[in-house]
Amino acid sequence: MSRLVRISDDALARACGADAVAAAFEQAGATVERTSSYGMLWMEPLVDLDGEGYSFVQPEDVVAVLDGSSDKHIGAIADQPFLKRQTRLTFARAGKTRPLSLEDYAATRGWEGLQRARAIGPETVVQELTASGLRGRGGAGFPAGIKWDTVRKAAGTRKYIVCNADEGDSATFADRMMMEGDPFQLIEGMAIAAVAVGAQKGYIYVRSEYPDAIRKLRAAIPLAAPLIAPFEVEVRVGAGAYVCGEETSLLNSLEGKRGEVRAKPPLPALEGLFGCPTVVNNVLTLAAAAHILREGGAAEYAALGMGRSKGTMPIQIAGNVKRGGLYEAPFGLTLRELVHDIGGGTDSGRPVKAVQVGGPLGAYLHPDQFDIPFDYEAYAAADALIGHAGITVFDDSADMGAMARFAMEFCAAESCGKCTPCRLGSTRGVEVIDRIHAGGRALDALEQTPQMHNMPKQGRSREDEIALLTDLCETMRDASLCALGGFTPYPVMSALKHWPEDFG
Amino acid sequence: MTKAERIASICAAHAGREGPMLPILHDIQAEFGCVDEASEALVAAELNLTRAEVHGVVSFYHDFTPAADPRPVVQICRAEACKARGVEALIDRARSAAGDRVKLKTVYCLGLCSAGPAARVGDRLHAWLDEDGLAQVIEQA
Repeated sequence: MSRLVRISDDALARACGADAVAAAFEQAGATVERTSSYGMLWMEPLVDLDGEGYSFVQPEDVVAVLDGSSDKHIGAIADQPFLKRQTRLTFARAGKTRPLSLEDYAATRGWEGLQRARAIGPETVVQELTASGLRGRGGAGFPAGIKWDTVRKAAGTRKYIVCNADEGDSATFADRMMMEGDPFQLIEGMAIAAVAVGAQKGYIYVRSEYPDAIRKLRAAIPLAAPLIAPFEVEVRVGAGAYVCGEETSLLNSLEGKRGEVRAKPPLPALEGLFGCPTVVNNVLTLAAAAHILREGGAAEYAALGMGRSKGTMPIQIAGNVKRGGLYEAPFGLTLRELVHDIGGGTDSGRPVKAVQVGGPLGAYLHPDQFDIPFDYEAYAAADALIGHAGITVFDDSADMGAMARFAMEFCAAESCGKCTPCRLGSTRGVEVIDRIHAGGRALDALEQTPQMHNMPKQGRSREDEIALLTDLCETMRDASLCALGGFTPYPVMSALKHWPEDFG
Repeated sequence: MTKAERIASICAAHAGREGPMLPILHDIQAEFGCVDEASEALVAAELNLTRAEVHGVVSFYHDFTPAADPRPVVQICRAEACKARGVEALIDRARSAAGDRVKLKTVYCLGLCSAGPAARVGDRLHAWLDEDGLAQVIEQA
């Protein structure tokens, strides 16, 4: 009988050559099943043969894998320490099911949450979600139950569920893995939200940089349509604007407008898409809801985590790290555990210099801060943020002055232009950082004219420029309309604070 | 079929959608390699908007370009995670490999952040690139 080989068709596995490996196994007479990814991304293409794992398999390894002589054997997949230590709730199916198989989905308790939600009714659904303690996984950490309840109580016959799948932050890929690996769970979560608030239509706004996710969702939606009817879901593709990950600019983009941020209030929950009450949730929030609404799911979720950060967080370990991948665990882990014990330190073997948590708008943390527990409040207290829980590891070759400059450059490139602190502050920020590197600047021709006698008599020193940058960052933080301008100061100021020697 | 007829039929195909602008612009970009002024005017007429409104949308998004570029495009991720894995050191060689034949575009994140540096050509993704690897991707684009 032909042997069953399981290989992920996740975009990262495919980028590492999984398609060619799958074809080689088929040619060698094996039956190949394409599954989601286990999230042990440094091992891809990872081959699962009767539960035994083979890492980094290439087409030429196929014969040796099948006859058991391959030196790429890593032992039983279930025994891998990286997997064993995790608590996988949202990613319970990762690596185990075929993404587009309704049969696999139903066999792994799929649709249970939706069936139960329909049975217990909107009010109880919202109560359970609130009791689970689930907070928005997109970055802001707003309690999901309160958002749903606001939309549920909002007046209006037309309501929308919008899934924010514009996962633009560097070091984050959990949304992508969910859409590619378990699209039905996301659709189920949206259908549950629709039951809870009385919505008729849902949109998934996916960034155009994720072609595989778009394809999977477009294949999954028609398959799931009869199960979620009369609720309907449609995929919409972004157009390369990072700022459209901000919920109000995402709504504008969906409406066919420039992706400019809207002032709040009104909250999208009351006046969202086309002015109608709208739930805007991240992919992981909606996927978690599918799990939470199952019998006993809310209590299981609420029992995990710490403080006001309940349940599990799919953490994404990336950058210069030996074992990068998806690590779902209850809140409370320290960065030391994540970077060293789980991630295995840097891939280059050099010492860790900095870790950026929360994507391009997150602070750079110094190894001295590695004991802060993974918790929304603990990070906020340290002038940092969890964001979408992506962590980027840098070794000692990183130039933090250059990274701070890049944060401002990125903000300038991606600013929607609506508010001044972000639109102009980011460009001025690049210039000030360049002047800090240059050690300040001399008086220019205009400043030396007699008419400008109120000017300081000397040029600006490096200290003056640092004071200017600090002031600029405070203005951006306090006066920007959204997180792009408001949080860009985090990477900049944290880099300046911990690594002043990298600023010339 | 003239361009005007083709754009009218693209607009008609999306007529049932709420907020059809982006899906329409994506189709035009895919078919003509750009959304030029003439296309903007046609879309404006179809959607009963002003040309300024359509141009405002087209010019906002990185994915829509005002003129077609026949060269193959290689998108290189230069966001934080790929920087941490050394993408900046590959850029000079990439530029010389590209020359005038290939268009290099910077992209901020392809979602392959643990396996960078990463690049994209069409819908094909590449991970774990080093200098030679990236140059090869560019040469084969």
